[in-house]
Amino acid sequence: MSERRAIPGTPIFDGAAARKGYALNKMCFSFNQAANRAEFVKDEDAYCAKFGLKPEQREAIRHRNVLELIAAGGNVYYLAKFAGIFGWNVQDIGAQQTGMTVEAFKEKLAAAGR
Amino acid sequence: MAQIIGAITTSHIPAIGGAIAKGRQNEPYWQPFFDAYGRVHEWLAKVRPDTAIIIYNDHGLNFFLDKMPTFAVGAAPEYRHADEGWGLPVSRAFAGNPELSWHLIESLVADEFDVTTCQEMLVDHAFTVPMSLLWPGVESWPVKTIPITINTVQHPLPSPKRCFALGQAIGRALDSYESDCKVVIIGTGGLSHQLDGTRAGFINKPFDLMCIEKLVNDPAALTHYAIPELVELAGSQGVELLNLLAARGALTGQVAKVHGNYHVPISNTATGLLVLENRPRAPASRAA
Repeated sequence: MSERRAIPGTPIFDGAAARKGYALNKMCFSFNQAANRAEFVKDEDAYCAKFGLKPEQREAIRHRNVLELIAAGGNVYYLAKFAGIFGWNVQDIGAQQTGMTVEAFKEKLAAAGR
Repeated sequence: MAQIIGAITTSHIPAIGGAIAKGRQNEPYWQPFFDAYGRVHEWLAKVRPDTAIIIYNDHGLNFFLDKMPTFAVGAAPEYRHADEGWGLPVSRAFAGNPELSWHLIESLVADEFDVTTCQEMLVDHAFTVPMSLLWPGVESWPVKTIPITINTVQHPLPSPKRCFALGQAIGRALDSYESDCKVVIIGTGGLSHQLDGTRAGFINKPFDLMCIEKLVNDPAALTHYAIPELVELAGSQGVELLNLLAARGALTGQVAKVHGNYHVPISNTATGLLVLENRPRAPASRAA
C-alpha cells in the first residue's frame, strides 16, 4: 500500500472512509429525492433506522455536525444533500467546520482573491 | 473527420445556476464572473460547434458509491438533469450523440482506456451549469452533447498524467471519426477550493494562476503532480483540475488562447475560465 500523506484539516475520502460511511452516505444520497427529504423530516429516527446508521453516525446526524459526519465516514458531496434539507449552503457548512461566523468565512474567501 | 474547434474550461459551481435562475448576473458580487462570458459567447457564435463533449465529475446524482467508475462515457440519445437535493432548478434535457459516443468508446477501449459505458445517465450541475453559462437563455440547446465523467469523489483518483492521456485519446478518437462534425471540448470544475474539514475555504491563487498558464502553453507540466500533492495545493475539491487537464489533452492541433478570466471567490471557489482554439498543425514536411 502507498504511504498516506496527511494534509492538516483535509479529510481524504478513501476506501476506508467509503466502507465506514456507506450507510450514512447512502441515506444522504437518497436526499436527492424530495419525497425522501420529507420522510426524513417527518420521522428522523425511523428514516435513520431504515438505512442502518451506526450509533456514531446517528449522533452526528442528530448534532447536524459536519466534522462529526465526516469522521463517521460521510463524504461532503452526499452530506451537502443532507445540508440542503436545512437550506444550508457551502459557506454555512464551511463556517461550521472552521468555527467562524458565516460572515467571517465569506470574508476569508474574499481575502483569498486579493 | 470530426473537427475539434477548441476547448473551454469553466467553473461549474451550483450557486452560478442559482444566480442565473434568479437573474443576478449584474449584481456586484456576480458581475466580474458573468461579464467574462460575453467573449465566450462571441467565440461560440463564430465557430458554431454542433457537438459538445463535457468532461466533468458527478457529485452524487448519477453515481453512488455502490458503483464508482473511474472514467465513464455517456452513450444515450438524451441526458436528463434531476433534483440534486439542495435547490438548484432542474435543467431541461440535452440531446446526445450516440453514434459519436460509440465511436469514442470503441476508440478509447482500443487505446486501452477501459471506460464504463452509460446508456442511461443523469447529468448533474457540473454538466448543466456550464451549458447554461455558455448558451444562456436559448430555447433549445444548439449542440448535441456527450458527457464524460472522471471520478473525483472516492480515492484512489486517476492521476493527472492519466487524465491528460485520456484527453489525448479522446483527441485521437475524434481525429479518426469519419463523419463531419464540429466538436467543442468543455472541461468543468476547479479551480482551487475545499469544502470539507477544518481547512474548508482554502484557496491558492498563485497555484491557480500557474495552472491556467500551463493549461494554455505547457499542460504536460501539470501531469507530474501526484493526487496528494494536488489535494494539498488545490484543496480537496480542487482536484477537479483533472477534468480541465483531460479537456486540454484532447486538443491535437496548435493551441491558441482566445480568452481567459480568473475571479475569486464565487461561493467557496476560485473560478477560472479559458477559451482555447485548436488550429490545424502545419504540414509535417514544413514542421520537420
